[in-house]
Amino acid sequence: MKIVAVCGMGIGTSVLLKMNAEKVLASLGIDAEVEAADIGVARGAAQTADIVLTSDELAPEIGDVPAEVIIIDNFFDLDEITAKLTPAVQ
Amino acid sequence: MTLNLAEELSSITTKATASDWRAAIRLAGDGLVAGGVTTEAYTEEMITAVEEHGPYIVIAPGIALAHSRPAESVLKGGLSWVSLETPVEFGHASNDPVSLVIGLAALDHTAHIEVLKAVAGVLSNKEVRARLEAAETPDQVRELLSSLATK
Repeated sequence: MKIVAVCGMGIGTSVLLKMNAEKVLASLGIDAEVEAADIGVARGAAQTADIVLTSDELAPEIGDVPAEVIIIDNFFDLDEITAKLTPAVQ
Repeated sequence: MTLNLAEELSSITTKATASDWRAAIRLAGDGLVAGGVTTEAYTEEMITAVEEHGPYIVIAPGIALAHSRPAESVLKGGLSWVSLETPVEFGHASNDPVSLVIGLAALDHTAHIEVLKAVAGVLSNKEVRARLEAAETPDQVRELLSSLATK
């Protein structure tokens, strides 16, 4: 399974999202590759990914992709990430 | 947590006053410039990032991670910390208003990951977050962050 964490620049928020998504996946026992990407790279990466994690503001910029786009409001809240990611990965 | 975030912060400002989100980002940018981390151009790049992509840098309730991409304006990797006396609106749907702005500059896409882990570790703890918000002076912020790193 491939997951892409997307932010505007690919260095700050997407890296945080990637780290916390990996923590959640480990606790769920799910084997998945999580990649951080900026919005420019993300449109391409999202074509081959199963899941895209991003913020409400950037979701429309990703456009129409086959991946399931999941919006995270609080990047520090593992409970929120767990609640939203669990149904998508199981 | 092994990394001491206090040592990574090029500047800490508490009880700062900002009229709007641009002013708040400028304060974080000034902290990076003062610490020799970036040139003033980076401050404008952080503002442009929000103008282009919206307030997605408001990553949690009350917290903005201001940053742009690695560029000539970045002299070295670093962080600045600005807590605001009065929170400001960034226009974010669920995480406004913002009371803490962290400025982030990085030379590449991987060098600062340990620092971000430390930031996430500190700020995802609600009790720690409340104590940091209550800190009146930069020294109090520094002491608190140092005490967390040694635990």
